[in-house]
Amino acid sequence: MSARVLVGVKRVIDYAVKIRVKPDRTGVVTDGVKHSMNPFCEIAVEEAVKLKEKKLVKEVVAVSCGPQQVQETIRTALAMGADRGIHVEVSGKDYETLGPLQVSKIFAALAKKEQADLIILGKQAIDDDCNQTGQMTAALLDWPQGTFASEVTLEADKLKVVREIDGGLETIKINLPAVVTADLRLNTPRYATLPNIMKAKKKKITNVKPADLGVDVSSRLEVLKVEKLKEAGRI
Amino acid sequence: MSNPLRGEVIRLYKNLLYLGREYPKGTAYFRERLKGAFMKNKDVTDPEKIKQLVDRGEFVIKELEALYFLRKYRAMKKRYYEPEH
Repeated sequence: MSARVLVGVKRVIDYAVKIRVKPDRTGVVTDGVKHSMNPFCEIAVEEAVKLKEKKLVKEVVAVSCGPQQVQETIRTALAMGADRGIHVEVSGKDYETLGPLQVSKIFAALAKKEQADLIILGKQAIDDDCNQTGQMTAALLDWPQGTFASEVTLEADKLKVVREIDGGLETIKINLPAVVTADLRLNTPRYATLPNIMKAKKKKITNVKPADLGVDVSSRLEVLKVEKLKEAGRI
Repeated sequence: MSNPLRGEVIRLYKNLLYLGREYPKGTAYFRERLKGAFMKNKDVTDPEKIKQLVDRGEFVIKELEALYFLRKYRAMKKRYYEPEH
């Protein structure tokens, strides 16, 4: 199978860190705070690597958008088994306003450029909880989507996806190329141990700018304020 | 010192140290315990015994990976899913 899989990975504040809102209420404190790969992105990488191990796909490419630091996240994906990485350089003000719309435009452009057959993303990021990038990417490419996937099976040139929905589980069959977003129960991600991180240093990460892909990353949204909930869980 | 196994022991120590960065009680706590555990056995010379200790270290690596996964899984499940799930 000559299929190529693009996996999006996002660098977010580590899930176990206690989030603090900045005193000026423009956002949360990120300086000096532990960051790691979004847990749902880990599940996405694991699924892609599993497909490669079953010899159903040929190459797994890990993609991340952001400043220099996201290379750590790409390295983790490489340590988990991705073949190579693409770092889309976005920094400063552009990075602060980077959201699902811009990222999905970038992924759509990359999917065409790299001739990807499958894009796997985490269902949502634990920092913004948008749950939009996968859906928007599929719409921009006019590809079918299998979101909230808890099981993915490749059957010839079609994808059988079991989706976690409110009423239970929905099984759909979609054509390739397609976009899949990973839900919690899709798989158990492997840990990127030190020996694997060392081996991953030999794998290549290419740098690319959004402009090279013809993507405008300007945002139409403006964050007015960020506040802590007065009482958690009460509306 | 059993020379061929020395490399294995050092590799095990480095791998455990790397894993310890995510330890819930803190990296410093983990590092102290790790160093203590290794130092306690520093005078062992029997290659059989060393092999056994290294295997025990590999087992601890697997336990830590499982711990980290479960912690993360439970946190995600609690945050994103209804209690009945």
